[in-house]
Parts: sequence; C-alpha cells; structure tokens
Amino acid sequence: MSWLRQLLSRRRLYSELSEEIQAHLDEKVEELVADGMSREDAIYAARREFGNVGLLEERSRNVWGWPPVEDFLSDIRYGLRTLRHNPVFTVVALLTISIGIAANTAVFSVVNSVLLKPLHYPSANELVAVHQTAPGADGLADFENGLLLSPSMYFTYAEQNRTFQSVGVWITGTANVTSLAEPEQVRTVDVSDGVLQAFNVPPAIGRWLLSTDQVPRGPERVMLSYGYWHRHFGGSPTVVGQTIMLDSRPREIVGVMPQSFQFVDADFDVISPLAFDRGKVILAGFGYHGIARLKPGSTIAEANADISRMLPIWMDSWSNGPGSNPHIYETWKITPMIRPLKQEVIGNVGELLWVVMGTIGLVMLIACANVTNLLLVRVETRQPELAVRAALGAGWARIVRGLLVESAMLGLMGGLVGIGLAYAGVRFLVAMGPSNLPRLTEISLDARTLAFTFVLSVLSSLLFGFVPALKYAGPWSSSTLRSEGRTTSASRERHRGRNLLVVSQVAMALVLLVSAGLMIRTFKNLRTVDPGFADPQHLQLLRISIPDSLVTDPDRVTRIQSEIVDKLAAIQSVKSAAFVSEMPMEGFDSDWDDVFAEDKVYADNTIPPLRLYKYISPGLLQTAGTRLVAGREMTWSEIYERRPVVMVSENLAREMWGTPSAAVGKHLRESPKMAWHEVVGVIQDVREKGVQETAPEIVYWPALVIDIFGTGPRATRAVTFVIRSERAGTESFLNEIHQAVWSVNSNLPLASVRTMWDVYDKSMAQTSFTLVMLGIAASMALALGIIGIYGVMSYTVSQRQREIGVRLALGAQRGHVLQMVLQQGTRLALVGVVIGIVVGLGLTRLMSHLLFGVSAHDPLTFAAVSGLLILVAVLACYIPARRAILVDPVVALRYE
Amino acid sequence: MMILRTLKRQPLHGYALAQHIKRTSDDLLQIEEGSLYPALQRLLKQDLVKAEWGTSATNRRVRIYKLTPAGAKHLQHEVSSFERMLEGITRVLAPGES
Repeated sequence: MSWLRQLLSRRRLYSELSEEIQAHLDEKVEELVADGMSREDAIYAARREFGNVGLLEERSRNVWGWPPVEDFLSDIRYGLRTLRHNPVFTVVALLTISIGIAANTAVFSVVNSVLLKPLHYPSANELVAVHQTAPGADGLADFENGLLLSPSMYFTYAEQNRTFQSVGVWITGTANVTSLAEPEQVRTVDVSDGVLQAFNVPPAIGRWLLSTDQVPRGPERVMLSYGYWHRHFGGSPTVVGQTIMLDSRPREIVGVMPQSFQFVDADFDVISPLAFDRGKVILAGFGYHGIARLKPGSTIAEANADISRMLPIWMDSWSNGPGSNPHIYETWKITPMIRPLKQEVIGNVGELLWVVMGTIGLVMLIACANVTNLLLVRVETRQPELAVRAALGAGWARIVRGLLVESAMLGLMGGLVGIGLAYAGVRFLVAMGPSNLPRLTEISLDARTLAFTFVLSVLSSLLFGFVPALKYAGPWSSSTLRSEGRTTSASRERHRGRNLLVVSQVAMALVLLVSAGLMIRTFKNLRTVDPGFADPQHLQLLRISIPDSLVTDPDRVTRIQSEIVDKLAAIQSVKSAAFVSEMPMEGFDSDWDDVFAEDKVYADNTIPPLRLYKYISPGLLQTAGTRLVAGREMTWSEIYERRPVVMVSENLAREMWGTPSAAVGKHLRESPKMAWHEVVGVIQDVREKGVQETAPEIVYWPALVIDIFGTGPRATRAVTFVIRSERAGTESFLNEIHQAVWSVNSNLPLASVRTMWDVYDKSMAQTSFTLVMLGIAASMALALGIIGIYGVMSYTVSQRQREIGVRLALGAQRGHVLQMVLQQGTRLALVGVVIGIVVGLGLTRLMSHLLFGVSAHDPLTFAAVSGLLILVAVLACYIPARRAILVDPVVALRYE
Repeated sequence: MMILRTLKRQPLHGYALAQHIKRTSDDLLQIEEGSLYPALQRLLKQDLVKAEWGTSATNRRVRIYKLTPAGAKHLQHEVSSFERMLEGITRVLAPGES
C-alpha cells in the first residue's frame, strides 16, 4: 500500500521539492552577491548554472512514477470541468443515459431473478417435473398440462425406476380449517411419499411427512407453511404435536417448512399426505403432478427412456376393474416429457421477459445514439480547442483518452443515477407484473444485476464515446486548424456519421413501435372475443366447499348449496345467483373424461375423445350471461328427482351431431354402468382457459350426478357461487354475502372472493403487461427518435445558415429552401423506415406467440407506424427549417 | 556514486552537495547543478538516502540528505565493482604484457 501513501502524499512531496530547489537558488544567489555580483546578475547566473528549473522539477517528479496517474486524474478533472460548464448538455445526456440504464437494470433484475438464478433447493439442477403427453388421446390437447400421473403410475415409477433418487406426486386443493377463530379455507398441497425427499429442504422445525404417515386410514398428520405458522400460531415452536381441524377431521402437526421454501409454483398453507390405498388404486385417475430428483449423473433423456420402459410394466401391473383391457392405453401413445423443474416454475414467461429485455435493450441503443449525436455536436464546437491542443503537442492518443474519459464519466454517472431509478423501476415492475409471474418475491437488485449495470454503463460510454473521439481526434484532424469550418459549409462527409445515427434511430424506433402496435391490436382483439360470459364487472364470485366429514349425504350437500343460492338471491340488488364447479379462467384443475353417445358405435379397444366436465346448477346461464344455443336449461326438480339430464357445449354438439338443435334429445353417458343422460340443451362455446385459447368441448352435468360407476349419487362439493349484482365487489355487499352463507351453515369458509372481472383481467395479465412494457419502450424510442431528428436537423440548418442566406440573397424562393431542408430530413427518415420495416419483419416473428388474431407481419400496423414516423420526422425538420428561412439573408451573411 | 560517496562523509543539503562535488572534482565535471535533484529523488525512492528538514549554514530551511545503511552497502558494492572494472581496464591498457 506504500504506493497509495505516496499517491496521497505526492502533493506535499512536490511542494517540498520546489521549496528545496528554490532554497538552492537563493543560497547560490546570496553567495554570488557576497562575491560582489549584482543581485540581478546573480539570479541570472544561478539560474543558468542550475539549468531548466521546470524541466528538472518535472524530471524529479517523474522519478516517483506519478505521470500516468496524474494525467488520468487531470483528464477526469478536466472532463468534470467541461461537463460542469455545459450544464444543459450534461443534464440532457445524463438523463437520457440514466433512464436507459435504469430501465435496463430493472428489467434485467427481473430476468436475472426469474430466469437465470437457480431455484431455492439444494442441487436444484437435479430436480425435474415428470410430464407426459398422450398424442393418441383425442381431445386431450385441450388440457394444458398434458397427461398428468395416476396413483398407479406413481407406484410403478417409485418402485421400478432406475434413474431417480426419489419420485413422488402431488396435487393442490383447499381444505376448511374450523378449529381456529373464524372458519377459513386454506390452500393445501397433498403429497405422496418421495416429494419432500426430492425437494430435500429440511423443515424449519419438527420433521417431514414420512412414509409412515402415508398409511391409508392411519393417523392423519400435516405440515404447515412458514407463513401460516406465523399467522395462526405466532411462530411458536410448541405447534409441533398440536392438533388442527382440517375438513372437520383432527390432524396432528408434525413440522413446519422454512420461509424460503416454495412448492414449485403453488402457494400453500398446509401439506398433507395423499395416503393412497394400494388395494383400491386403478390404472386411471390421471390427476397428479409428478416431481423427481435425478440420480447424480443421470440425464433427462435417460429418465425419459426409463419411464418409457416402465409404462408397459404399469399396464401389466394394474387394471381398471374386471373386464377392462389394461392395454387400451397403448392407443394413447403415452410419451414421457420430463422437464427441468425450473422450466416448470418459469412456465412461458421466459419468452415474454426476453422480448421485454430485447425491446428495452433497443431503447438503450437509441439513447446511446442520441448521446453520440450530442457528443458529436459538442466535439465539433470544441474542434478549435482540440486542434490547438494537438498543435501544442498533445498526442492524439491523449486527446482520444480525454474524450473517452469524459464519456466514461457520463456513462458511470448515468449508471449511478440509473441504479437509484432502477430501485423504483423494480418496485413498479413487481407491482405491474402479471400476478402469475413466477418467483415474484425473489426479484431484487443483486450483485449480478449491479455488475450488469456497471458493464452496461462502460459499454454504452464506449459506444457513444468512440465515434466522436475517433472522428475528431484522429491523427488526421490537424487539418481542422486550417479550415475551422468558417468559410465553407459542412462537408457531406462530416454529416455522414450523424445521418447514420438518425437512420438507425428511426429504424429502431419503428421496430419498437410496430411491436407495441401489434400488442395493442392483440389486446383489442382479445377484448372483442366473446368469452362466454357477460358484464364481468357485476359478477361476484366466491368459492365454498363442503367436506365429506362435515356433511356426508350428497343429496344434503346439494340442498345446502341450493339454500345458499336462495339466500344470496334474496340479498338486495341481486338479480340472480347460481353455482358451478368452476367459472372460466379460474384456473382450478378441471375434471375430464371420455363420453359415449347412444347413437354412435365405438370400436373395441379405443377410448372416445376426452371432454372437459363441468357441474352446474340451474340459473347459471342467466346469471353468468352465457347464451343458450338450443333446447332448455335443466331444472331443480330434475336434479332432486335425479332425472338423467345433461347439457353440452355448442362445439361438442356440432362435432357429434352436426347442428346444436340436432343434439337436443340425444343421449350420453360416461361409462357403461351409468344411465343414458338426455341432452336437454346446448350452451355457447366458453373460453375456459383464457380468451387466447380455443374453447374446449364441454359436457355440463347436473350438480348432483347419479350413478357414475353405479356407486350412487355424487355431489359437487367444491363450487364457485356466481352472483349478479350492481354492487359486486363492494364491502357492504360482501358482508351481506357472509351473513347469508353463515345463516345456512356457520362452519363454511368463503374463499376466492372476487369479481369475474378480476379473473378475466388476470387471464390477460400477461398480455397487458407486455403491452405496457412495449408501450413504455416504444414511447421512449419515439421521444428519443424525435429529439434525435430534431437535433440533427436544427444543427445542420444552423451550420448551413450562411449558405441559405446566400441562396436567399441570390433570389431563391423561401418555399424552395424550406422544401430543400424538409427533403433532406424526410429522406433520412424514409431510409430509416425502410430499414426498420425489413428488420421489423424479421424480429416481430419472435413475438408471434404473444400475439392473438393478428399476424406478426400485419401490414396495417407496419403502414400506420411508418406513416406516423415519417410525419413526426417531417414535423421535427419543419421547425428548424422554418427558422432558417425566416432569417434575414443579410443578417445570416453577417452572422459570422 | 559520487553523491553517495560525498554523503558518506557527512550529511549535506542540496546546494552544499552540489558545491562539494564541484569543488572536489575541480570543476572537471561540467554538469548542471539542477540535474542533482532528479538523481537525489531516484536515490530517495530506492531508500539509499533519506532526507530531513534542517537549517543550513546560512540559516535557511533546507533538506539535509543522509546516507542510509542500505545506501552505504550499495556504495560499497558499487565502488568495488567500479574498482574491478577499473582494474580490468587498466590491465587491458597496460603495455607490454600480452
């Protein structure tokens, strides 16, 4: 560290040196005077004998090795001084850079946290999601998750695999907790053995659920989430061993998971064991998500092969009951598709985030182009100064370094301000981001983000620093002393760099505006799609489930639900109420199975196409605003009398019988043991999975289904109540709803209380997020582009003022001059637009997945945006052009 | 080497040092007095001499240079190698021995 001490004390060192040399001279002079020389002569002689004081002092100083550092520091000082002396330039440049850097830092922090950082599990790269597809199963393509696992598959995979350390299945659900204060619906994850072992995250307190907890009808034990533990037990360690009433059954709490633990992408309060009953498990029941930890060294391809090997074993080991053919599933062509767990968690936002990152990056490029432009103009005005410095012996490398230091300082200061702004930006993004954005809580500015910002600052300062530095401080610049731009108009060559910048700015702005335009069209298209319900703002939703342990009799369950509907309908302002197993876009796991029609012939060993199943109460169509296409609705008396009635969606009716009206009176059933159900009505197609997705074929069963497998009636225990009222969403209304429900049964918690609008909006959250982000990026690009064109044009015009003055003096029409200037600007914009269109056609294809109902090459959007840009460019040129022609030629000529 | 040799006898300040070297070499070496200072700085940096502020004979605040132990050693080394070189030169130049 001695160099540092030297560095800090060098000022003292240098002044001591000067003092010493001065003392030397003084002494000499005195001696000479004493020898009889006049003082003046003496000083002269002393200096002559001493040599060049300045040079020697410098050489003495050089001994210490400061000069490179000194030069650098003086460059910085000089840079700071010039920046301070041009406050307008500095503020504009700094603002441009820091906003650009802030936007990039904020978006990068999201990309980093969501996409790049590994998941919060030990050796997270070994964790995989066990996915399967069944391309041979008709209709299954409508189900987002492919083919989930059945309990029998879990047993086969867990016992026969060669590639997993552990494997398990899980499913999310809800349960009612009644032992604590108000009844509450909690989110549950039911896990098989092997799931917690795969995560391998140790519990915060207590222990995991073990295989001994997976015994059917054994003692029931659960684990809590950290959040639930703190909310309801104050984080007390004595919670282990306590009992909690879950769905009216006592469960012992054995442990709590730590705060950092996330269950893939599911929010949960309670983890409970699945406890499959091995003796009752059949082949079917594909409703469980699979998770596994690969053995070290095993690859996903090996695991896929392993599962392919086990599928025949699975079919040999289990059956669907006597008389059924277990190898019927061969027609489904079940194929394993194991994915890294991270991909499962991130889902499809990866593409979205990269598109946003790309657009923000483009904005940064435009910002850099603008700053380059500013620097070019400034360096040009400083040219005489630079030329003088060069003439006085400054090496061009030194001058280039000075300029680069200056722009690096701009970049770094911009980076500093940018980080501050990015903090706000990240908050904004997290607030704005789609609520289903995974890993939202993990988003933060970490070391990697700060490193990114630093590199970005340095790179961008190099980018906008190099052009002017090379252009004006090159070894060839000495000629500028001679010409100094006084007597000539700016040469074509001197403008080439700036023109290039304008062209590229226009091109990049066009690309961004087109992407934003495409998203606007997508959004508009989505809004115009009939989702299958009406006026969602005034549709109140809430979910109630009635567990087996609370009310056993299925008939009674339906009667309670119907009673709740009556109470809800009696609330003031309510037009109507009903319930359904789930409303569209709610995102609950849906029920599905195959369905047979009476008038169709089915070949042996085939499974008919799989259909979505929904269970509805009468009055749902009217309440939700869903159209009845043909026939009629089912009635309460039909449900209570257990009449076999059913309704189908329009697309299903068309597929099976040609027209909706032809479907009425036909008969359907789910299994051979079930009675034939008469189709009484046909319902319009509903966008069940979101407006972007095609409407699936749906079978609407009555809320109380009879004889599914000949085992007696079954009620739909978890349902969404739908209430149409002007007061939907207001607090007083919700209070009245609570009272109404609890007047029927005070043990029923209300969950997922929201309006249909919330659900609808959330299903489009991704699109609106993309729209807003691209909108922001595009408007920034447009603003920067306008500033860029305006800046260049007004600079050019001011440079050509004298030339224009001459032209006017020689009799040129003002209109002609105006046209000339406008033409110049428009030509640049046109070139930019053409390049932008070509690039845009290539780039927008990347976002085609985010679009709906509009082609990535939509000519209308491209044309509109091009027109807008050209118009804006002409306007940006018009102002300086007008200023030019309004100048009195005499004044213009005398100006210099 | 001359500086070190001079300082070995007694600590001196810059001007005195310059005068001393000039005197002892009988004005044979025509060097700029000033070039003493870069040389002194080099020696300072190599820790062969050290400097302290003191007062000169003419009652001026001056920096007095002193040989450090390292400087003394260096001087010895230099002198001996210089002598060896001198000896070599002398032998080569000595007549009649080849």
